[in-house]
Amino acid sequence: MLDTLVHNGVVRRVAQSVFTLFGVAVVVFVVLRAIPGDQITANLGTEAAALTPDQRAALESYYGLDQPLLTQFFGWLGNILTGNLGFSARAQTSVADLTLQALPVTFELAVLSILLALVIGIPLGMLSASRPNSARDATGQVVGLAGLSVPAFLLATTLTSVLASRFGFNPNGEPFARFFDDPLLNLQQMLLPSLVLGFGVAAPILRTTRTAVLEVASDDFVRTARAKGVPARRLQIRHVLRNALVPIATMTGLQFGYLLGGAVVVEQIFSIPGIGRQVLLGIQQNEYALVQSTVLVIALAFVLVNLLTDLLYRIIDPRVRAA
Amino acid sequence: MSNGLRMTAIGAVVAMSLALAACSDAPRDEAGSGGDAGASEAQPGGDLVIGVTSDPDTLFPWRATQFQAVHLLGNVYGTLTELDENLEVVPGLAESWEVSPDGLTVTFQLREDVTFADGSAFDSEDVVFSLESIRDEATAAVAASTLARVTAVAAPDPSTVELTLSTPDSGLFANLATVNLAILSSDDTEEALNTQPNGTGPFTFEARVPNQSVTLARNDAYWGEPALLDTVEFRVIPDESSIVSAMQSGNVQMAVFDDPLVADTATSPDLTVTETPQLSYHVLQLNARRGPLADVNARLAIQCAIDRQQVLDTAALGEGEVTGPITSPAYKSDPDARPCPTRDLDRAREYLAEAGLPDGFALDTIVSQGEYATSVNEAQNLQAQLAEVGIELTFTPLESGAYVDRWIAADFDAAVALNGGRPEPDGMYGRYFTSDGNLNQVAGYSSPELDELFAQGLQATDEDERKEIYDQVARHLEDNAAWVWLFTSYTYTVTTNTLQGFVPMANGSLQYLRTAGFTG
Repeated sequence: MLDTLVHNGVVRRVAQSVFTLFGVAVVVFVVLRAIPGDQITANLGTEAAALTPDQRAALESYYGLDQPLLTQFFGWLGNILTGNLGFSARAQTSVADLTLQALPVTFELAVLSILLALVIGIPLGMLSASRPNSARDATGQVVGLAGLSVPAFLLATTLTSVLASRFGFNPNGEPFARFFDDPLLNLQQMLLPSLVLGFGVAAPILRTTRTAVLEVASDDFVRTARAKGVPARRLQIRHVLRNALVPIATMTGLQFGYLLGGAVVVEQIFSIPGIGRQVLLGIQQNEYALVQSTVLVIALAFVLVNLLTDLLYRIIDPRVRAA
Repeated sequence: MSNGLRMTAIGAVVAMSLALAACSDAPRDEAGSGGDAGASEAQPGGDLVIGVTSDPDTLFPWRATQFQAVHLLGNVYGTLTELDENLEVVPGLAESWEVSPDGLTVTFQLREDVTFADGSAFDSEDVVFSLESIRDEATAAVAASTLARVTAVAAPDPSTVELTLSTPDSGLFANLATVNLAILSSDDTEEALNTQPNGTGPFTFEARVPNQSVTLARNDAYWGEPALLDTVEFRVIPDESSIVSAMQSGNVQMAVFDDPLVADTATSPDLTVTETPQLSYHVLQLNARRGPLADVNARLAIQCAIDRQQVLDTAALGEGEVTGPITSPAYKSDPDARPCPTRDLDRAREYLAEAGLPDGFALDTIVSQGEYATSVNEAQNLQAQLAEVGIELTFTPLESGAYVDRWIAADFDAAVALNGGRPEPDGMYGRYFTSDGNLNQVAGYSSPELDELFAQGLQATDEDERKEIYDQVARHLEDNAAWVWLFTSYTYTVTTNTLQGFVPMANGSLQYLRTAGFTG
């Protein structure tokens, strides 16, 4: 068993991942403390100037800022290993609880966005590739360019504002509904944000699909298949697309990883209580433990997605399995 | 039966057309009228949703400084005194009070029919506990300095509290009316209150979903007139334009904005926008203890080189009023009483020459980016105006943490700031401009004359006399160009037309949620 794992490089990958995560932990810890101000000034603003030294000392001890940096770092890391992600003074609840609330929301949003992106991106990419440099290629390219260049905040704000003022449709104005509490409202609330995100993510998927399909289409086996009389549609999907899937899967995995990091802007505009907003609020309030732990969770998710993408290659492409 | 149905139908049609007539256009109210567009009275009941951009950052009243936290908690907790809609002091948990002839003993008579949300009774023990805890530095209460002149708090009986002061303090009663001096139950702890506020206000805390909402419910045991609304939900919608959308779709019925551009988008026949002048003020803070600014003539040169109306027009679309130092209605400073009430470049150059700096000087200025919408535009306009007399204002917009760090350390020649105002001028400026004030290092200016004036202001009890003294304070500040006061701006309270009886206040308080209700 262990031999197979070692042989397949799984042990090496896991070791690398742990090393990466430790690096992330160090960087976040240092960067956070490089931000001017601390939780006291973030909380009190300019009123912090009126604190007497004794008041300040009382607050530093309350927030744990009076500990030496190394104690803070290893104390936090030790807690993480025991499953204690810290406590948010602002929300008055544990970071683990907050994360358990926010992560599924972000995960759902990411899955829906990726699905939409694939539904838009792959067919358009194939369409573009089917006749390069033609009018239909140009159309696909323009859609791709728009997806890349229209800022999410613009699209999101416009959609919300037009739908709300013209049609009174604004599910995101309701309190956020979790999927298992109210699936119908939840999906309505996820509709616009996943459209906006999906449109943005569709662009790179479209471009990757186009390039990969064009590359495969010029391969010898495609010409052979066509000569054998394989119908065009079957040729495109079973032969060309199937062989073009590896780069598309890579791009999709990468984008999915980013989405798990939280789409801060879209979460803000549509009031989606996801992981991106949790990090943003934490940074604004200088809540060190909250930001450190959440970023670590995001990094872990990213690493896992990459690992899964690698596994997916083996299913898509038997040649990877053999190697 | 069928007749009854018909009457109901006719009634409904009449009611609908009345409602339509009442909201045929989007009215824009002047200050404080609170929107009385419809003749119909607000009814008891109903659930109000207020859109806010962020969660309260604490539920502990003694340490709340964030706008959302302060005004939410103001509805849950009670204070000894309160302010009415004109910012005049009125009784709160204290029914009445008396000051001894020497001004050193204050006796509060407390209400006797008051209970906390958890059902426990309120009495003098709670007041003593609260005021003593706030005075204790280990509590780190932000309003501890308001009680600086209090030397002892005693409770001779359950409905009487006696404060002993070191020196007279006429400002005390107005300054007690802040949620930072809320009276807590002596059985409570900070830890418990962080998750379950327990006050004597018109609303009680019902529920909180972190980052999403806080819900209050009417306190039926409230000592005053009970509120009309059943519940008030503060719903977190981080993006202001999304709040406007949620109002247009009817999910949210009330919101308060600072940015006129956002308020302008809230156009709908169903919405009313009310402009309320604010006590907070936009100012160019000068640090009179640094470099050339130590010379009063250099500061006066800046004062004379600035057209305040131009700053207001270019940075804030003219939405505001040019102001002197004191912004509260009862003590308002006259902006025309200052040196160079209108821009006077020749006079500015004369001052520069008197300061021995005919070619001007450099002004290292801090500007906060993101805290409020107009900061950078104000700095750019000031830069352009001052350049005309050779004063070179340089600034880098700072992220709020960096700004606060430098502001606290007084590490600047000048600061473009939006400072909070208070109804009572001693509470507003005593801490900045008396030599032992806890913000004097940041204010960068003090003088024996000012110390004397502030001391007189605290001893005077006659309102006219106090007004005269604080006029002199304002005059002294401007004659010496301690800072350059620019303008005050508005808040924009957007409400659906069916919400009546809410009165926005100049200090931003939402206390009149207690009189708000929906019509029909």
